[in-house]
Amino acid sequence: MRLVVDLNRCQGYAQCAFLAPDVFAMHGDESLLYNPDADEAQREYVERAVAACPVQAILVDQVETPAGAAAGAATSAQEAPRER
Amino acid sequence: MSVDGFLQRLRSEGRIVVVGASLAGLRAAETLRAEGFTGTLTLIGDEPYEPYDRPPLSKQVLLGRASAEHTALPRRRAIDAEWRLGVPATGLDMAAKRVRLADGDEVPYDRLLIATGVRARPWPNEAEAGLDGVFVLRTRDDAVALQRRLAEEPRRVFVIGAGFTGSEIASACHERGLPVTVAERGDAPLVGALGGVVGRVAAELQREHGVDLRTGVMVTRLEGDSAGRVRAAHLSDGSEVEADVVVVSLGATRNTEWLAGSGLGAGPRGIACDAGCRAFDIRGIVTDDIFVAGDVARSPHPLFGYQFLSLEHWGNAVSQAEIAAHNMLSDSVDRRPHMWVPAFWSSQFGVSIKSVGVPSMGTEILIAQGALAERRFTGVYGYQGRVIGAVTFDQTRWLEFYQHLIETTAPFPPPFPTVDRRSDGQRPLPADFPDPSVPTHGPTVTLSGYSPADRRITFTPGRH
Ligand SMILES: Cc1cc2nc3c(=O)[nH]c(=O)nc-3n(C[C@H](O)[C@H](O)[C@H](O)COP(=O)(O)OP(=O)(O)OC[C@H]3O[C@@H](n4cnc5c(N)ncnc54)[C@H](O)[C@@H]3O)c2cc1C
Ligand code: SF4
Repeated sequence: MRLVVDLNRCQGYAQCAFLAPDVFAMHGDESLLYNPDADEAQREYVERAVAACPVQAILVDQVETPAGAAAGAATSAQEAPRER
Repeated sequence: MSVDGFLQRLRSEGRIVVVGASLAGLRAAETLRAEGFTGTLTLIGDEPYEPYDRPPLSKQVLLGRASAEHTALPRRRAIDAEWRLGVPATGLDMAAKRVRLADGDEVPYDRLLIATGVRARPWPNEAEAGLDGVFVLRTRDDAVALQRRLAEEPRRVFVIGAGFTGSEIASACHERGLPVTVAERGDAPLVGALGGVVGRVAAELQREHGVDLRTGVMVTRLEGDSAGRVRAAHLSDGSEVEADVVVVSLGATRNTEWLAGSGLGAGPRGIACDAGCRAFDIRGIVTDDIFVAGDVARSPHPLFGYQFLSLEHWGNAVSQAEIAAHNMLSDSVDRRPHMWVPAFWSSQFGVSIKSVGVPSMGTEILIAQGALAERRFTGVYGYQGRVIGAVTFDQTRWLEFYQHLIETTAPFPPPFPTVDRRSDGQRPLPADFPDPSVPTHGPTVTLSGYSPADRRITFTPGRH
């Protein structure tokens, strides 16, 4: 699953690193490093992190995207249930 | 034909073309659909990949914690677009409203968004730049190649330029246990973006982590061996550094060449647009069907005297793309201005560095919280008696407060005694930015004056 953290917004509160330690990790006191292509098995933890982030800085795919990051042709995917 | 009728048709069956399929292009496309655009949407990108995120390329990816092939951006919604990937746009015919592609195709549009961003400035000597082991870092392909070479444990990595990207690369090398030398023409790392006072802290940070930092020097020559592999760099102070990997980190060049002769106000400093993201033509007249967003744009900002700002900032690309997309579909009274306050982050040597506003406009700096010596502080920049920017080292939580002061043009130095002002912060110091007439590669915000059309460009009418 794809994700991105808006690091302008992120305050380094580390809730995500606590809830999904295989995806998010603090690096030093306030820097966050994350895996932008987390294993599907992490979804439940990542979703908890998304919900817990106090500044809502974590964005995960709202639509299904093709596995792997190649792909040129139409990325037809289901409509997102809701923006943000 | 009423304007309303036109907009209605545009929204339902118009043709919108986005050139540049990266962060700004993708977020604009999503916004267009979110605002109800049901016409044809075409995304043209010269890279063969769907939109991916660049900031991880110099951070997680070089640290080996993520793969360069897997930083594709998550989608906020389906965009139902026609993708033309792996093919550059090569020309624009403003009168016929068509974008020309390298494969000979022409794509007609009713509204065009240009989001072609920037590219890494290569090492100026072509033969030397072509040596095996010489890299730049801007794209996914660059990152794959560099990451692979770092994994082979080179004896020494040589980084040219200590702006944010160069410093992040040095930091990653250090963490991987690779000996690294950094050469910087200025007096300190990050000096172009944050000034000398903060630059000195960045220099100490590098040296403490074992980086062989050489400041005030220029690289005069890269030397290859008989097999065409880089083996050493020669510096202006006469010294020589042996290295088998060289990363050229000399800032970026705007991708505007494809617009040459189109009549659009596009040049080496970017594409000028108004506060509503509409591009200016070469005569300084604003167009109504061509919009720009992201790193390639330069736009006037009310908080900074309506000077045109060029920002190479992730957050700016997102925000400007959203505004541009909204305005593309809106009547003049419903349009919104792009008033995003510049904000940037970097992560190096375990420190989170963030800035808001335009520090490089500042003439003075006050350390309002923390202390420089602790590498944990908030610096506030002043310009003509007002707060113009702020930077934090591991003090993110203070940034919002200073952003508010910037937005409200609060006086500088801030009148209130701050909670944690130590000896550093008793009085403002000169911010110590390098002479702006000396080109540096460092700043990620460039003030590019007041002229919407780039005067250095000569006007040649587009081919029809
Ligand atoms: C290594 C690295 C680290 C970064 N770290 C940070 C950070 O920590 N914080 C931060 O705020 N920002 C950071 N940035 C900057 C951030 O990534 C950019 O601001 C952002 O990518 C801008 O998005 P954009 O869509 O405007 O332009 P770009 O991402 O540059 O995309 C432009 C796209 O257009 C394509 N293109 C160009 N010309 C043509 C043409 N003629 N036809 C078709 N396509 C074309 C390009 O190939 C590219 O794919 C970093 C950038 C890099 C490279
Ligand atoms: S929970 Fe949110 S604010 Fe905290 S570190 Fe994670 S992304 Fe940043």
